[in-house]
Amino acid sequence: MIHLETDVLVVGAGGAGMYAAIAAARNGADVILADKSLISRGGATIMAQMTTAAALGDEEPDSWEKHYEDTLEAGRGLCNEELSAILCREAIDRIRELDDWKVGWARKDGNITGVMAPGHSVPRCVYVDFLNTGPAVAKCLRTQVARADTVMRVSGLAINDVVVEDGVVTGAVGWNLEDETPVTIAANAVIIAAGGLTRLYQRNSASVNMNGDGYAMALRAGADLIDMEFPQFFPIGHLAPRLVGMDPIMWDPFRYKLGGRLFNAKGEEFLHKYGGEDAEKYTTTRDIISYGITKEHEAGLTTENGGVHLSFQHIPEEKLREAFGPVIDKLAANGIDLTKDTVEVAPIAHYHMGGIRVNGQMETSIAGLYGAGEVVGGANGANRLSGNAIPEAFVFGERAGRFAAEYARGRNRVWSDAAAQEHLDLLNTLISRQADASGDKAALGEMWFELQNLMWDKVGVLRTGDKLAVALTRIRELRIALADMVPADDAEFNMTLQDWYDLRSALLTAESVTLAAINRTESRGAHQREDFEKMDSSQEQNQRLRLGDDGALLSDYLPVAKGVAA
Amino acid sequence: MNAPATNSEKTAPITIQRGAPGEESWTETFDVPWRAGMSVLDAIVWVRTHADSSVAFRYSCVNANACKECIVSVNGKTVYACTQRLLEEGTEVGPLTNKTLIRDLVTDIVPPKENLRTILAERAKG
Repeated sequence: MIHLETDVLVVGAGGAGMYAAIAAARNGADVILADKSLISRGGATIMAQMTTAAALGDEEPDSWEKHYEDTLEAGRGLCNEELSAILCREAIDRIRELDDWKVGWARKDGNITGVMAPGHSVPRCVYVDFLNTGPAVAKCLRTQVARADTVMRVSGLAINDVVVEDGVVTGAVGWNLEDETPVTIAANAVIIAAGGLTRLYQRNSASVNMNGDGYAMALRAGADLIDMEFPQFFPIGHLAPRLVGMDPIMWDPFRYKLGGRLFNAKGEEFLHKYGGEDAEKYTTTRDIISYGITKEHEAGLTTENGGVHLSFQHIPEEKLREAFGPVIDKLAANGIDLTKDTVEVAPIAHYHMGGIRVNGQMETSIAGLYGAGEVVGGANGANRLSGNAIPEAFVFGERAGRFAAEYARGRNRVWSDAAAQEHLDLLNTLISRQADASGDKAALGEMWFELQNLMWDKVGVLRTGDKLAVALTRIRELRIALADMVPADDAEFNMTLQDWYDLRSALLTAESVTLAAINRTESRGAHQREDFEKMDSSQEQNQRLRLGDDGALLSDYLPVAKGVAA
Repeated sequence: MNAPATNSEKTAPITIQRGAPGEESWTETFDVPWRAGMSVLDAIVWVRTHADSSVAFRYSCVNANACKECIVSVNGKTVYACTQRLLEEGTEVGPLTNKTLIRDLVTDIVPPKENLRTILAERAKG
């Protein structure tokens, strides 16, 4: 066993986790930054194609208040207004800080330039060309983290459980992937920056490690979740023909820069039927487009692959090249000529609006436990504006790091093996169990397969009480079945042990999403019930989930936090 | 890409090198349901999902070529599994030969300053 000590432990090294580590270090804390993948490579940030919203006002008048109003409008009444205000106000500072760190924001006439995105009232979405926002941001933050002397970066360190003693965080338990060694970490504060849950869905656009770890870890530590019924489906995820080496959300930037048109399989525009706008206009928000495409599918108006056509055929080649340069060559290598061919697109799980309940200092209800980035719920309500996820990673990461450092600095480190024992016992049991060599070698893989299909079919874009009930029953059965499953007997890079822990998180998170979706008997934003098609003003409240003493999820409602805190 | 093979489906063989340091390596061949244009990563993910979850393989971003973690040797060439198309006639996948083997397709591509064992060894030296 390995034992480490630190002021602040950051779980997850994407945009939010790296920013948290930088901020905690510059506020005087020693930091361990751990990721089960590689530092800066896993998570969602590196996948970002383009838009990062911030009301810089360099090119035309803008203000954080306008960005805030747009965010609340998109959030369909459920935004935590304090968090939304923090996000919109401080996005400006963080974008400028990254500019100082030479991330390379695209410029026009010397100014950082922004594009218009659906739901925004001002062109304010900054980016790095070409489709390079995520990689550029990840590299820039990685450099800054490496320069912070008090940050210890550890790749391949999976954190399973936060240790809580007498209601206060004392550290965490995990394991080193390379050699399966259990690792305990005494930490005055723990920041969960483990990202979202998109891997729960069969069609998803994020990294394989976004399997709901953060939500499950927070629940087990005693913290609250809110708005878990609101995973976001990105409407125009790439479907066909098969592409390699390209992100399925790549068509969003194409639409920002070039417009493009959506047609159903009969060659008809259809968004107007669902309250959106057709033609070259890319103004319709994500919830409405996802709903529209799914409804067209139900009506038998989608392609053989189940998608709709996205066309840039009317745009001359030189314009395509001017906007996307080398990306046009990558498309050609995949056999796609946009002047001749349409591509097929369909909704794809992309982001999660819900998550850990925090205050403006990113503190959970458990002393010493913080959240940052996508794993936090509240700022985006029932539907997120495009461009708000990356600034959320930066802003909430910076705040979590800063406030966790203030909390942790100078506190006496409390660690008792006894408080960590149940977590260590589970890990040691899983490691020491011997898999039956004649058994099903893909049992854990098949469980992942079943869960992803179940969530897609029953807890996806269009929901009904009946489908959700079937899902909830099956998820609970799978949770019970997992307890008896045995990882393979491999001491090095034991992926089945990782599968086991990933599924433990995924199943608890899936149950949270499904239960919350059952309880919300209305349609709002990304949560669309076919048996309750209207929005119901009496349900304009946040649903909270907690884990009871018996391991069952408990649900209640909280009034939406309205009014902007200073 | 995710569906298990059925009898009527065309498959393509993928041969994967297995084994950890200190043991003789061996290969296993899996018949993967064939889809035009599929990547080597798709095939390895299919193997882990439907045939043998214990195949050790490092990847994160899933076919976007963003994370750069899926670097392996395919038919003797160093490539990213996510941008390499699976060949219908057969594909051989092994670990990088110029990096320390951890197990199966996983090699030590972690920067030394981010590797827990290396960090602890440096600390012990003072």
